[in-house]
Amino acid sequence: MSRNAKPIANTRSGTGIPTARLITWWVIASEIVIFGGLLASYIMHRIAHPEWAASASHTLTWAGALNTFVLLTSSLCAVLAHQAADAHDGPKAANLLRLTALGGFIFLCIKGYEWTLDIREGFVLSSGGFWSFYYTLAGLHGLHVVAGMIIMLIVAAEAAKNQELQRVECIGLYWHFVDIVWIFLFPLLYIAR
Amino acid sequence: MTTDAHVHHPNYVKIWAILVVLLVVSVLGSMSHVREIVLIAAFGVAVVKAYLVAKNFMHVNTEKRWVPYLLIVCLLFLSILFAGVAPDVMKHSGLHWSKNPADQTVPPATDRTKNE
Amino acid sequence: MSAHAGYAQPGTFRKYFWSTDHKMIAMQYLFTGMAMAMMGGYFAYVFRMQLGFPNQYVPGYGIVTPGRYNALVTMHGSIMIFWVAMPVLIAAFGNFLIPLMVGCDDMAFPRINRLSYQIFLLSVLVLLSSFLVKGGPFGGAWTAYPPLSASGAYNLTPMGATLWLLAVALEFVAFLLGGINFTVTVMNSRAPGMKMYDIPLVVWMIVLANIIFMACAGPLIAGAIMLLFDQTMSTGFFDPTRGGDPLLWQHLFWFFGHPEVYVVLLPAMGIVAEVIAVFARKKIFGYKTVLYTTWAVGFLSFVVWAHHQFVAGIDPRMANIFSITTLLISIPITEMVFLYVATLYGGSIHLDTPMLWALAFIAEFMIGGVTGIFLGSSGTDIYLHDTYFVIAHFHYTFVPIAIIAVFAGLTFWYPKMFGRMLNETLGKIHFWGTVIPFNVIFIPLFITGTAGDQRRVYSYAQFAEQSRPALEHLRTTSTIGLLVMLAFQLAFLFNFFWSLSNGKSAGANPWRSTTLEWTVPSPPPHGNFAEMPTVYRGPYEYGLPGRVDDFLPQNVPDQAFGD
Repeated sequence: MSRNAKPIANTRSGTGIPTARLITWWVIASEIVIFGGLLASYIMHRIAHPEWAASASHTLTWAGALNTFVLLTSSLCAVLAHQAADAHDGPKAANLLRLTALGGFIFLCIKGYEWTLDIREGFVLSSGGFWSFYYTLAGLHGLHVVAGMIIMLIVAAEAAKNQELQRVECIGLYWHFVDIVWIFLFPLLYIAR
Repeated sequence: MTTDAHVHHPNYVKIWAILVVLLVVSVLGSMSHVREIVLIAAFGVAVVKAYLVAKNFMHVNTEKRWVPYLLIVCLLFLSILFAGVAPDVMKHSGLHWSKNPADQTVPPATDRTKNE
Repeated sequence: MSAHAGYAQPGTFRKYFWSTDHKMIAMQYLFTGMAMAMMGGYFAYVFRMQLGFPNQYVPGYGIVTPGRYNALVTMHGSIMIFWVAMPVLIAAFGNFLIPLMVGCDDMAFPRINRLSYQIFLLSVLVLLSSFLVKGGPFGGAWTAYPPLSASGAYNLTPMGATLWLLAVALEFVAFLLGGINFTVTVMNSRAPGMKMYDIPLVVWMIVLANIIFMACAGPLIAGAIMLLFDQTMSTGFFDPTRGGDPLLWQHLFWFFGHPEVYVVLLPAMGIVAEVIAVFARKKIFGYKTVLYTTWAVGFLSFVVWAHHQFVAGIDPRMANIFSITTLLISIPITEMVFLYVATLYGGSIHLDTPMLWALAFIAEFMIGGVTGIFLGSSGTDIYLHDTYFVIAHFHYTFVPIAIIAVFAGLTFWYPKMFGRMLNETLGKIHFWGTVIPFNVIFIPLFITGTAGDQRRVYSYAQFAEQSRPALEHLRTTSTIGLLVMLAFQLAFLFNFFWSLSNGKSAGANPWRSTTLEWTVPSPPPHGNFAEMPTVYRGPYEYGLPGRVDDFLPQNVPDQAFGD
């Protein structure tokens, strides 16, 4: 089978949604329950342990807010990339996707610095209930940011050659989902008392 | 395979600007001493931001109808999970049971937070 | 243009180990699952020998120590569910059948399909590696409750515990990837003319199973990450002295664990549906009702989970609620069984081997189902929990699912997969030699369980109030039943491998079935269909009056009907 040829199964559309976008929605649906399970566990414990508010007050709100801003901006780049792809401008979409990935990289850098400060204060994964959840939630989210960046750069490489432009929207959808997860993590971990 | 331009593209920069303003509102609101304002600033704004991203960036509302239904069903399952688990995990006592280690850690802490 | 035009035969490595063809990936899952089944069966042999002949040397193993016993039952349970039932029922049958039955040339994403098997294989290797580490494989039961599973000091298998958890996590990723691929293929890639209600039931069931899996696995993945950190990073997610709660794990596990049993049940019921339609020469009675009932079962399966936790210290008021929902779920399942029986009624029954297996599924699963009523009511469950009654109940459901229905499917689709017919006589010998001993194994366990025999105890000799010598003969009988059943599996293995080269050549449609997979050569070529089919009707047009053939395939245009 030629490497780039797609099976007929991939090109059909019984639902009216192209297969690439359809599979992206299912991936997002499954990720909702993964993050949701972890978040639900955290929320239950947090409500049960009001004393965790003391630990939570030590998270660096400025870092969380800055990271929220970075992700929102990178989401903007992602959706502009989608717009460019719709206009069949592959190279422009590729550049916007690369900007989006850069946003993800900046997010990780800020988080790295933030966690360095936290660890220096003595707050590590095993420092207690709140911190265990904090690092696990943010860490799982960070892993998804990394995975998203990798896929995004691969899609950008193809889009630059005006190939597989439909994937620009799909990786964008995934990235917006990662952004929405962070939109909820920010208040839950940083600003809720 | 090229894209089928199935969506109308709004002014994305404008949406982004609204999101940033909401972010600022949530940070400022969280500094309040009134608990209700903090909660609304934190979670109310989060819900609005999530809705704006879903609607304008992900184009969920122009997608086939069953897509948002599927996502809502996932949230529904999560709420079933929460409803079934929280009575045991979130509470420290119930009908004929109580959690002693948890009870011992919480009262000193709540005393502390009440005095703040 | 089809991807398969100008297709050149790949070399051996690409064909058997690097293929993206759904049929080859199906075979990879099938053979891996079969190998793991032999391992899981071996472990059952060892621990049943210990239970039937306590503290005696077990031939082919040695002496079973308490620690080894715990590892054996843990591995048996985990392997049978995660590495036999799921890969064979969902991944193997799903991969093989779905593109063929919906009329397309492969899955929507063949490379993701290949990746899912590779991740699955990695999970197998990680699990097997746990046999080689200090302490041996995990011994904390497949349910892995903390603090036993979180603390190496308690479970005595610290490395095995983490490797087991990683293996399960990898298996979940493999099935999430594969399942999403299946779902997208069935939603999008159907042949023109195949509407929602023209899809064969087995395909519907596999897709619904995947959707259920996807929705329930998430919280357990979250829980697994927390347990992994508790095991390796000194966190206290499930440690009450550190602000955690072990009940949280139980809830997360069973929120997954209960829908999981329906994840494996649905494909089994789908296979049985296909077989009984063909061998009763009759359309499924109430196709749409079967479908709607399955949706109801799928939804209800998410609200019954805490019936596994009635004695765990949950709030008794929750126990009331879960009792009610658990008893409720028996209604749609029973209805589905009634619909199958109604399908058989008035049919022209042909008792070929696949049909024997399908009928056995219905009978044996019913026993499993009714015994579940006693466990679903919290009152009786307080007594029966952790006794052999539970074991007998779930084996009367799991064995029909993972063994009986699988054999129904294998004997039915073997001709399509391999182009040969299995030997009918050997098939029937294997059938009776499996089903009768199966009952000999587990009926005594209902009795010992009701008498109070506790689970997960390697030897009652240590516990005076448990060692009831009067029941020893029942335990021994159960073990002998297993030995006989295992011996008869040789008939299947011989039949399977011998028929690959010596079986009678099967044509395209030896069973005279209506679904699309029987319209292509056996085995199907790469690309499946020389010309992509169009579908004109539902999948169960049998017993039509006035026709020469008593069936009308899905892809035959109406003009050809003639009369």
